[in-house]
Parts: sequence; C-alpha cells; structure tokens
Amino acid sequence: MTVFLQNVVNSLQWGSFYALIALGYSMVYSILMLFNFAHGDIFMVGAYIGFGVSFGLLALVTSGMFALPNWLILVLTILISMFLTSFVGMLVERVGYRPLRNAPRASAAITGLMIGIILETGNLILLGARRVSFPSLIETATYDLGGVMLTNKKIMIVAVSLLLTLALHQFIKRTKYGMAMRAMAYDFVAVPLMGVPVNRVIALTFGIGSALAAAAGILFGVAYPVLDPNMGITFGWKAFVAAILGGRGSILGATLAGFLLGFTEIFVAMLFPSTLRDLIAYTIILLILTFRPHGFFGEPYSAQLRL
Amino acid sequence: MKKGWTFLVCVLAIAFALSPAWAKEPTIRIGINAPLTGDIPKVGEGTKFAAQLWLEDVKAAGGIAIGKKKYPVELVIEDNESKAESAVKVTTKMITEDDILIMIGPQASKQAVPAGGIANNYKTPMITPWSTNPDATKDRPYVFRACFLDPFQGPVVANFITKEFKFKKAAVLYDVASDYPKGLAEFFRKAWEDINGKGSVVAYESFTTKDTDFSSQLTKINNSGAQVLFVPQYYNEVALIVQQAHQLGWKKPIVGSDSWGSAETTKLCGKDCNGAFFSTHYAAAGATGETKKFIDRYKAKYGYVPDDVAALTWDAMKLAQQAIQATGGLSGDLKKDRDAVRNQLSQVKKFKGITGEMTFAGKNDPSKCAVIVKISDAGEFTFYKSVCP
Repeated sequence: MTVFLQNVVNSLQWGSFYALIALGYSMVYSILMLFNFAHGDIFMVGAYIGFGVSFGLLALVTSGMFALPNWLILVLTILISMFLTSFVGMLVERVGYRPLRNAPRASAAITGLMIGIILETGNLILLGARRVSFPSLIETATYDLGGVMLTNKKIMIVAVSLLLTLALHQFIKRTKYGMAMRAMAYDFVAVPLMGVPVNRVIALTFGIGSALAAAAGILFGVAYPVLDPNMGITFGWKAFVAAILGGRGSILGATLAGFLLGFTEIFVAMLFPSTLRDLIAYTIILLILTFRPHGFFGEPYSAQLRL
Repeated sequence: MKKGWTFLVCVLAIAFALSPAWAKEPTIRIGINAPLTGDIPKVGEGTKFAAQLWLEDVKAAGGIAIGKKKYPVELVIEDNESKAESAVKVTTKMITEDDILIMIGPQASKQAVPAGGIANNYKTPMITPWSTNPDATKDRPYVFRACFLDPFQGPVVANFITKEFKFKKAAVLYDVASDYPKGLAEFFRKAWEDINGKGSVVAYESFTTKDTDFSSQLTKINNSGAQVLFVPQYYNEVALIVQQAHQLGWKKPIVGSDSWGSAETTKLCGKDCNGAFFSTHYAAAGATGETKKFIDRYKAKYGYVPDDVAALTWDAMKLAQQAIQATGGLSGDLKKDRDAVRNQLSQVKKFKGITGEMTFAGKNDPSKCAVIVKISDAGEFTFYKSVCP
C-alpha cells in the first residue's frame, strides 16, 4: 500500500510537467489548428532562462545590493522567467508562424520542427555542451508520512502547476482577451470582422503558452537539477501526446491527460520491468485513442466548441 | 607509338605523385576520437586537454624521436557527439582521409565498441583509454585499452562491499540502453550472487538513456530490503539518481563505478554524493610522483583537477608514443607502419603509467589494479583502498 501511495505521489510530480507543457500545445491548437512543435524546446529555453535569472539574482544578493530569502528568489525566478520566455514564444510566432498563416498546415508544422532545432543548437553554441546544474534555492525537506516520502519540492511543484492551470482557466473565462481567444477558436473567419485584433490575440496565446512552459522548465530544474540542451525533445513529444489525449484544444483535458500520462509511465514502471515502460504506456494511450479519437474532452470537428 | 609514351609518362607521374615515399616531411598523425558534445562533454574536454598537454611535451622535444630521426606530430581531434554512429563515421574519416597512424579513443564503451570494429577492419591500431566493456577489444588484434575491464571491476565492487560492510542484499539501478552500465550491472550481479547466493540481488532495476525520473524504480528498490545500491552510471545520471534516492528516504550506502570519476559528478550532485564509494583507475587526492606532476600541470593550465579520463588519455598517448618509438623507424608506408605500431603495443611490459603499471604481453587488455575512492564530506575524491587482480 505504501508503495502504491508513494508512486501516486511520484506520478503527481511527474505528471505536472506534462500537464503544464500540454496546455501550451492545446491553446495554440484551439485557435490556429496547429501543433506548435517548437513548444518542447520553449520548455528547455524556459529552464535555461530560469537558470540564468536565478544566478543573476543570487549574484545580486551575494554582492549585497539587497537581501532576499531564497524562497523569494525562487518565486521571482519563476515570474521573471515566465515573463521573458513569453517573449521568446511570441518571437517564434512572429518569425516562424505568422508569415505562414495562410500556407498549408504541414509547412507550419515543419517550420515548428526547424525552430526547435534552431533553439537546441543555438543553446549548444551559446552555452556549450556541458550540463548545467540548476541552483538549489530551497533545501529539500523530506517528510515521512507512514512510509510515504514527501518533499517540500514535490508539494510545491504540484501546487504551482495546479495554481497556474486554474489561473489560466480564470483568464480564459473571465477576461476580454480570454473571450477573444474563445471566439477565435469558435470561428477564425468571422471573429476578425468584429474588430478583434487577431495578431495580438494569437501572439498572446503563444506568450501565455510559453510562459507556462517556462514555469514547467523551472519546476523541472528544481526537481531534476541537471539541465541539458536536448531536454525538450522527449518532453515535447510526450506533452504533445497528452494534448491529443486530453482532446485537442481542451484546457481541462490537457491538464488531466498530462497527469494521466505521468501516472501511466510511473505505474507501468512499477508493475513491469522498467524497460517496457514506454512500450506499454504508449500502447495503452494508442488503445484509448482508438476508441476515443477526439481524446477525453475533444469534440468532433463539426461541433467544435473549444477552450 | 607516341601516344603510348605520353600515356606511360602520365601514369608514372601520377604514381610518383601519389606514392608516400615522395611526400615531403613524414608527419605522425594521431587521431583523437572524443565526445566533445552530447551526453558526456566533460569526458571529451578531459580527453582533448590531456592530449594537448602531451603534444606540448612532444613539440618541446622537437617531435617524436625514433632512432636518430625526429618526426613532427599532429593531432587530429574529432567530435563523436557521444553517439555510436558518429564515432564510427569519425573513425572511418580519420583512418581513410586524415591518414592517422594510431587512434586514441573513443572513451565510452557505447562508442568504443563500434569504433573498435572499424579500426580493426582497417588494420589501424586504436587505444581506448576509458572503455571497460570487454567487447571493445575482444577478437580485435588492433584494438587496445589503457584501463581495466568490467569483468574485473564488477567482482572488485562486489567483493569490496561484502568485505567492507558485510552486506547480503544488494540493489542495482542501471541504463539498459548503454553498453557500459548494462555490462557492468551484469558482471556485478553475477559476482554478487556467486558470493552471497542466488537471489541476493534483490532489486535489478533499469531505465533508458535520457530518463530523468527514477522515482518508480527507486521506490521498488527502497522496498526490496536491499542494504546497498550499486549505480554504474555516468555523472549526469548519478546526480539525479542519488538525489532522488535520498528524497525517497534511502539512507544506506550507494556505490558506483569508474564512470563516477568525473570532476563534474560532485558539482552536479552537491552534498548528496558525499560519503558514496566508487571503484576507479586513480585517485587525485594524495597522488605522488609522476601522477602528481601531471595533476599539478593540468590544474595550473586548465584550472581544475584532472579526472580519470584525462589521466588515462595521458597514459594512452604515452603508450602510443612508446610503441611508435619502439618500431625503430617508420617506413612511410602507412599500412606497414600501422602494423609495426600494433606489434610493439602488444609487446609492452611494465609500462609505468600515471594510473598504475600496465603489461600487455601479447594481450590487448592490460593487467592493472583498481582503486576504491570515497567522496569526502568536502566533496573530494579520496583514496580509500587499492584492489589488485
């Protein structure tokens, strides 16, 4: 039983990253019907920006400019990096996708893959191939709950990812821009005629998605403090699977599917030899999609009411 | 008739131009096949630095002296991206296009095993400084190594744990998609079960390259009743595994292998790795003689204490130099010279390297001793014990 509960805790942490990254895929898809394949690498960029920001802040603190407790540095790192990374996302949209908005969708998808490679190799050239270690801003505290080990980091990661998902939900449901996003997801042709600034809304969508990926990147750095330039690839693909599984364009679906993916991976590794993890986990997902091709919360195209 | 003469002259001219005997100054080219990018870039950096340090010495001496003649030396350094396929590509290129006499590297078994096959097919001597997987040199007369083997290292670790801690149950966590950890995990399991009986490896868990989360495997290990965890992994995974193990409540000893010996291990791992043991080729802290000289020079030049890869690369370069010198003269015919160097390498006896004494005596693997290192509370690699075959 403790083994089971321990693995539930483990998979909550692991699923958080998939969920946060899948949100970015979902948001862009619902508006542009396009999967932004550079998104996994935005996650990597976010992690590295977070690495840079945290080091900058730590240097300022040690130089005695002002005093900050470490947890505040972490909060500031997350906020500043989310802000900075959102611009990277908007730049990707401006340079890579906007010129291709009326081109066949395959061209845009290929562009996404190329941008991903550019971001990876760009990082490789800029920082070299050496692994960097994310600074441990908070001491790990381990709590033993009857054999189930919890750490403060695990709690923080799950809490922050749920909080951000909730904030996104509120933003889409309650603000003017959120309404514009929903409207554009509903009808991409008619909504611009109503005076909605299409480019701005799309840029904002990319920005928010990238900010969430950056948050995931920093949380990842907190949990697994070894960053490398290719870390976005597998994460990107798996979060993409989560976005499909949740129902293309569904916020709730992306979050749930992200966690579900985390659960499947961890539990398959628990029950079977871990070599079979990806094989079994993704066979299960393939089976789910065979019976629910639109994912859990996706609607068939005819009745598309996304976001 | 006239046409025939012109043709003959042309053929002769081309033949002369191409013949190596007519090349100007004969230069000894040594290929360095290193993982400068990819999973283990620090290993590539150590390889390159050690080779360049060696070249400095050779240049200062005016080249490698064979008999009375001095030959200038050039290094051909290529990046194998720590990928098996790139290592093969780089090896082929260096042998067929760059005309190297001997190749040093690749370092990790994942690259050294396939690259060794290519070097052997082209009958070009190769010394891998760091690859401990037996397949790298097995049935390959042209491939040598400068370190001990996993079939030796596995039992060394198993014996050490059994004697040191008197433990009966062990757990293993390793990367199933990489030759080195996979091979070593198997040798360790076999040796451990020979000592402690069948089923005494109570958890034998694996993952795949690039995985970052090991919580599921570590939870299993935690609940298996194992008294010690053996992790034969490279430094980036070591950091993640050890930290996650501690976060899941693992308080028992963790033991690693020679792949832990990088300067990067403790940097990435932090305090979590303090107190861990691993088997390796040399311990920098407390070194004496030539080893200390090398460490001091390296540290002064590059700013950090060289890890085992750098020390082994240095020894491999020296081995190559000694073999080249022992040929008694190069003919200029690359094929013959490569054979001569190979023959001399297999004859090496009691070579005094900075990582210990090596004897090949007709074999391709040296017999030498292993060192057990303990990571101190200051994060330093300190000598703990020496274990000889």
